[in-house]
Amino acid sequence: MAIATFQILRGDASNTRVESYSIEVSEGMVVLDAVHAIQATQANDLAVRWNCKAGKCGSCSAEINGMPKLMCMTRLSDLPLDKPVLLQPMKAFPLIKDLVTDVSWNFAVKKKIKKFKPRKPDNPDGTWRMAQEDIDRVQEFRKCIECFLCQDVCHVLREHQLHDQFIGPRYLVYTAALEMHPLDVEDRLEDLKKEDGIGYCNITKCCTKVCPEDITITDNAIIPLKERVVDRFYDPLKKLFRIFRFKK
Amino acid sequence: MAEINLSGTKYRFGNTYRKDAWWAYPLFVFLALSLFVVYVTWAAWQGKNYWYGPYLSPLYSPELFGPSPHRWIGPQPTWWPSMIRFSPALFVLWAPGLFRLTCYYYRGAYYKAFWADPPSCTVSEPRKKYWGENSFPLIIQNIHRYFLYVALFFILFLSYDVWKALWFTDTSGNKSFGIGIGTLVLAVNVVLLSGYTFGCHSLRHLVGGFIDRLSGSPVRRRAYICVSCLNRRHMLWAWMSLFWVMFSDVYIRLCAIGVWSDWRIL
Ligand code: SF4
Ligand code: SF4
Ligand code: FES
Ligand code: FES
Repeated sequence: MAIATFQILRGDASNTRVESYSIEVSEGMVVLDAVHAIQATQANDLAVRWNCKAGKCGSCSAEINGMPKLMCMTRLSDLPLDKPVLLQPMKAFPLIKDLVTDVSWNFAVKKKIKKFKPRKPDNPDGTWRMAQEDIDRVQEFRKCIECFLCQDVCHVLREHQLHDQFIGPRYLVYTAALEMHPLDVEDRLEDLKKEDGIGYCNITKCCTKVCPEDITITDNAIIPLKERVVDRFYDPLKKLFRIFRFKK
Repeated sequence: MAEINLSGTKYRFGNTYRKDAWWAYPLFVFLALSLFVVYVTWAAWQGKNYWYGPYLSPLYSPELFGPSPHRWIGPQPTWWPSMIRFSPALFVLWAPGLFRLTCYYYRGAYYKAFWADPPSCTVSEPRKKYWGENSFPLIIQNIHRYFLYVALFFILFLSYDVWKALWFTDTSGNKSFGIGIGTLVLAVNVVLLSGYTFGCHSLRHLVGGFIDRLSGSPVRRRAYICVSCLNRRHMLWAWMSLFWVMFSDVYIRLCAIGVWSDWRIL
């Protein structure tokens, strides 16, 4: 069995330090297994949030060697174990303890987004008909497990801390899922431009790169929403057309 | 909103905990785009050696005014200011140039490579202030769709150039059908540029992305699927077409100078 070293950020917001732990690792282990082994044998008070160990609950988000990843889906065999593996909590959110951060900002943001508002039912019994091909596009967005890795990597939040002006890629995906839903009739374009700050995204695609669900966040959610915002606010011909139609 | 206290984060330009070669991709983008801009600027100001027989360099197409037999309107206009060196490319190159400059893919790529905004994912930036595309000047990027409309015409012009590149004039002035390596070079150029242009995000929006239900309109749905399919590889098309446009100009230029000779296949 090989020995691998893990450097883990320990402490809370007022005091952090990096501690090293060496453990025996075996084939098939993921980073979360290593963290659990360290917790069991060397650091019983090590805080780590996890739940499913299957990449489905989105709890075990952390930064592994500087990149936001799910600890339960990162195999040790994919990391260079000849050097210490650095484990840190997500940087875009306040630290609670060790690898655990306070992600509640995200839930507050979600509450601000206008809810799903379906059109009038198609049938007298209060039901609707939807074609699968119309729902395909938003189904991709429904894969989101709310791990917030995309929020963590996004430089608008991580580096510039514009948390009060920009809702972040996760919530642009969420808005896209509502806005492009074939039954939804709510209008979120003004919010996208103003409160949600979609213009802050400079389409550098880091969110897409880290998404464990492989959601094409930038190309399929953010850019199409940007285009809809352009239709409404920045396209002079469209504006003229709307004035003309309104006058008629 | 909850207070965000990012204790322990170091914001120093280039600071990162990444251990991979994060700088490799932005460096590649920086070098490749710089090479392209330098070459195209140089080639555009040459004003000569841009055509060879039936071939016209895509950097000069359509040649509105100019000395070559490919011109559409006439020779250098008399109103052209004498202190500015004349080149037919100056009439056209702004359009594909602005199309690429405002392209969603290139934007993301050059914000990283040229403006370090961010240099790479999870790598710290040199500036504290950030406006993104939310205010002037980058808010102007939102007019990308207008350059798309112009770029679509360019596909027509360049396709016409391929058609013209199929007709060779012999020494006695007779035109005959033929295919040379240059014809293929120009044909590949149109294919790559079409792959790039028809995969544009703004086109994807225009043909169907703007509505939520495509099931009732089969033609629109087909178009949306086609554009989305090209769009998935937009980055690849962007790079391939960029290099090929440059190579097409190099090919025709070297043939015109006499360094390379064009092989006739047919
Ligand atoms: S593409 Fe936009 S939302 Fe995604 S990480 Fe970059 S700036 Fe943030
Ligand atoms: S979009 Fe992807 S990265 Fe972002 S929260 Fe959802 S699953 Fe995680
Ligand atoms: S523990 Fe559920 S995603 Fe990792
Ligand atoms: S988005 Fe790249 S050409 Fe339009």
